[in-house]
Amino acid sequence: MDLIKSSVQEIASAVQAKTISAREVCSFFLERAQRLQVDYNAFISFNENLLLEAEMIDQRILRGENVGLLAGVPLGIKDMFCTKGLKTTAASKMLENFIPPYDATVVARLKRQGALILGKLNQDEFAMGSSNETSYFGICRNPWNKDLVPGGSSGGSAVSQAARLTPLNLGTDTGGSIRQPASFCGVVGVKPTYGRVSRHGIIAYASSLDQAGVFADSVSDAALALEIISGFDDHDGTTAQIDVPNWSGLLSENIKGLRIGLLQLKDSSALENEVQQTMDAVTEALKEMGAEVVPIQMTHLEAAVPVYYLIAASEASSNLARYDGVRYGYRAPFENLSSLDLEEFYGRTRQEGFGAEVRRRIMLGTYFLSSGYYDAYYNKASQVRRILSQDYQRVFASCDLILSPVAASPAFRIGERISDPLAMYLNDIYTTSINLAGLPAMSLPFGIATKNRPVGVQLIADHFQEQKMLNVAFALEQRSPVRGVRCHV
Amino acid sequence: MLDKKIIQNLARLARLNIGEPEAQELSVQLGKALSYFEQISKIETNGIEPLITPTQLRSYWREDKAHQEVSTDEVLCAAPDKSGRLFRVPPVV
Repeated sequence: MDLIKSSVQEIASAVQAKTISAREVCSFFLERAQRLQVDYNAFISFNENLLLEAEMIDQRILRGENVGLLAGVPLGIKDMFCTKGLKTTAASKMLENFIPPYDATVVARLKRQGALILGKLNQDEFAMGSSNETSYFGICRNPWNKDLVPGGSSGGSAVSQAARLTPLNLGTDTGGSIRQPASFCGVVGVKPTYGRVSRHGIIAYASSLDQAGVFADSVSDAALALEIISGFDDHDGTTAQIDVPNWSGLLSENIKGLRIGLLQLKDSSALENEVQQTMDAVTEALKEMGAEVVPIQMTHLEAAVPVYYLIAASEASSNLARYDGVRYGYRAPFENLSSLDLEEFYGRTRQEGFGAEVRRRIMLGTYFLSSGYYDAYYNKASQVRRILSQDYQRVFASCDLILSPVAASPAFRIGERISDPLAMYLNDIYTTSINLAGLPAMSLPFGIATKNRPVGVQLIADHFQEQKMLNVAFALEQRSPVRGVRCHV
Repeated sequence: MLDKKIIQNLARLARLNIGEPEAQELSVQLGKALSYFEQISKIETNGIEPLITPTQLRSYWREDKAHQEVSTDEVLCAAPDKSGRLFRVPPVV
């Protein structure tokens, strides 16, 4: 069995049918991931018990049990998800040695379907970044071209998928952190509607924007994984009490008559030529399949980036207040605790535990939420957030789906933008407004620019309309000029 | 550029012991970021209710029953310093 090319469903069926053992599958991927770790630094840690756990799956199958839809499938899990007994660091010194006593709901649901954790993936520290360059555990490299960033914040997840270190990977998306690295690494990345997936056990960054999602090699693998992780969870009051459709089973290539809004920015001068060419190609493919493509404009879309960073920084400054060096996480070394001032205790612990980008966002958020500034910043941004959200509703009244670039450019060089935080933030014009409005969106590979740089396109649907988005992606996938093209590792 | 005093006050509120060179850098970077954020002040938002949670939620009921999901020992395992079953901290009062 060719484990590099097989779908997740094929692997799980083969394991369940005893054509191949879970142990063989897991050994194959573990060997591969560990061998390529020195090249890409995709993982922060590996699960030492993986092969034992795989043997337990095999034993259950031998006893005649049906172990689930992901029987024996090894997963890469972004290090934002709590994993019982396995270090969960958020790529921060603050949580370098943190071992959670419980699994995130998403992780527990995947395990219940027979999946196994191969390792925990690299990312930007606390998911704050768009290039995986803020990780305490070092940069992660794009397998298509090692001089390039993999994107972020879920950089390790995209790399593990693109280099097929694992057949399926989990990520989180607060402002594009699944879609942008998926585009940069040429894989499928889906962020479902806010509220589809439980945030219980996911390290909080900006709670009103954070959403978990998946990286996969194909739309049907992604749809299957999403089905498993989605659904109401009484541990997260913001999960929706809406049934989860059988997305993977209902995939359809027939998109005839769908009306698709093609997003046009007032100023699209930043859009690189090769990204524009990919957009032209995808528009053409949609028309050939009988969909109608109409240009759309959004009011105030240019405000999405400042509104996003303002809200994200504010929520982060509040969420990250929990890291106090008392109950878990890093504590600065102190000689004599009994004569220590409490503020010095917190201040040094937090200064040493957090990296520069995290401290910068905490400082900004503290400013926005401080007395006298709250109305001018946080409240104002939340009002503009409603305007943006209503504008999407206006578009969805006449369109089934929106099509846009994921990012203005393909992957950039390591180090190119890290010294200018503001330039880095401006990357995110096409992705951030989606999280502000809580919409489902995904990146689908559709081109490869010069210097071996993949280009994805973004599909955006109305709340809880993932099926429409997945269907269009499924149809486009068959016609993608990069269908079946992989990076050679 | 943001005034150094503002930076120092923010650092105190955020419980970060920010040193002199970083304070200098932040006063430039945050100042630049804030002037960039200014652009939203021009957008007319009179009478618009702030949007906090992006999807409409229904609240749900559950039994008012305590669950023990992790034991005290499991929780204490993650503590950087402890004494018996207590977290060890500097004097608080």
